Amino acid sequence: MDFIDYYKTLGINENATSDDIKKAYRKLARKFHPDLNPNNSEAKSNFQIINEANNVLSDPEKRKKYDQYGKDWQHAEEFEKAKQNQSSGQRSTRTSQNAGDYSDFFDAMFGGASGRGRQVKFRGEDYQASLQLSLLDAYKTHQQTLTVNGKAIRITIPAGIENGQRIRIKGHGGAGINGGPSGDLYITFFISEHKEFKRLGNELFLPVELSLYTAVLGGEIIINTLNGKVKLKVKPETQNGEKIRLKGKGFPIYKKENEFGDLYVTYHIKIPTGLNDKQKELFTELSKL
Amino acid sequence: MLEQNLIAIEEICIHHHIEVSFIHSLQETGLIEVIVVEEALFIENEQLPFLEKYIEFHYTLGINLEGIETISHLLQQMDTLQEENSKLNNQLNFHQFKP
Repeated sequence: MDFIDYYKTLGINENATSDDIKKAYRKLARKFHPDLNPNNSEAKSNFQIINEANNVLSDPEKRKKYDQYGKDWQHAEEFEKAKQNQSSGQRSTRTSQNAGDYSDFFDAMFGGASGRGRQVKFRGEDYQASLQLSLLDAYKTHQQTLTVNGKAIRITIPAGIENGQRIRIKGHGGAGINGGPSGDLYITFFISEHKEFKRLGNELFLPVELSLYTAVLGGEIIINTLNGKVKLKVKPETQNGEKIRLKGKGFPIYKKENEFGDLYVTYHIKIPTGLNDKQKELFTELSKL
Repeated sequence: MLEQNLIAIEEICIHHHIEVSFIHSLQETGLIEVIVVEEALFIENEQLPFLEKYIEFHYTLGINLEGIETISHLLQQMDTLQEENSKLNNQLNFHQFKP
């Protein structure tokens, strides 16, 4: 636990008035407030320390204690205990929900967040989380349990969620301070690539290898979709790179039940290799026709 | 609209120790929509997180109404740009990745 110079944190000197403290705090809080710096963990930790400095310095009693023990803060506990033993005083109990909002230094000196003097209500912090899904996970509406800050939260993930999409779970962020409302939980989804299918929005793309003979003569093939296998008729004289569209066999449309995008199949014609003499002869013959 | 989806502005003001005039000012700038039911003022549940954010901007950070308006627009723009960025990233991945 390192000593934190709260005066330095707020950029003020030890003779600062409560007005100076307020001004300095507001100036820095406007710069680092999490609501003004979404997804910026550095700003978040800066804000926490500024908040902590303000909580101590704007409370005359805490400021006095801090000024008194300051750099000798490691002994503050001993002094305080001695005081408490003398008077069977009230003890403050610390709520664990705000753990992490304050530095170890603050906890050691003031016994956690419960010792706040100013009853300013703060909305709890918004939490940011990310969740990795496979393409198949994103294809179906399903429920998943997440553990956020030790709490299990069951969420429903609608089919068709996009890579990089962020959803808000109301009230599952950090607990409010001094009776303020809880923050929200924001989850960003990352969808991993599939080895066969490519996705762009609601459309799916599938490359399919076609034998030369099927491409030339036509025939039937069976392909995979995310919804099972499908039999396809291949027309004779199909060209390499030719694309066909299977309507409604693509990706589910987000929050639209039973609506799907399309699946595009691109044929890649495989030229036979390792031909035997007979095959070469027939190809030669064919080329002369 | 169901009344259970509404929160009385009076309650919010008491809870946050703020003046009703602040909410009226937010309404005038279009940042918050106030609903009147039998002469009582309400906001929708969904708007509460935004309102609380504005309360914090104003009363804790000392940001005036014009500042809140500007920040709100910039945060919206940031969200839009992030969404667009995410879409473009997906398109880029689409063209780079070969299954």
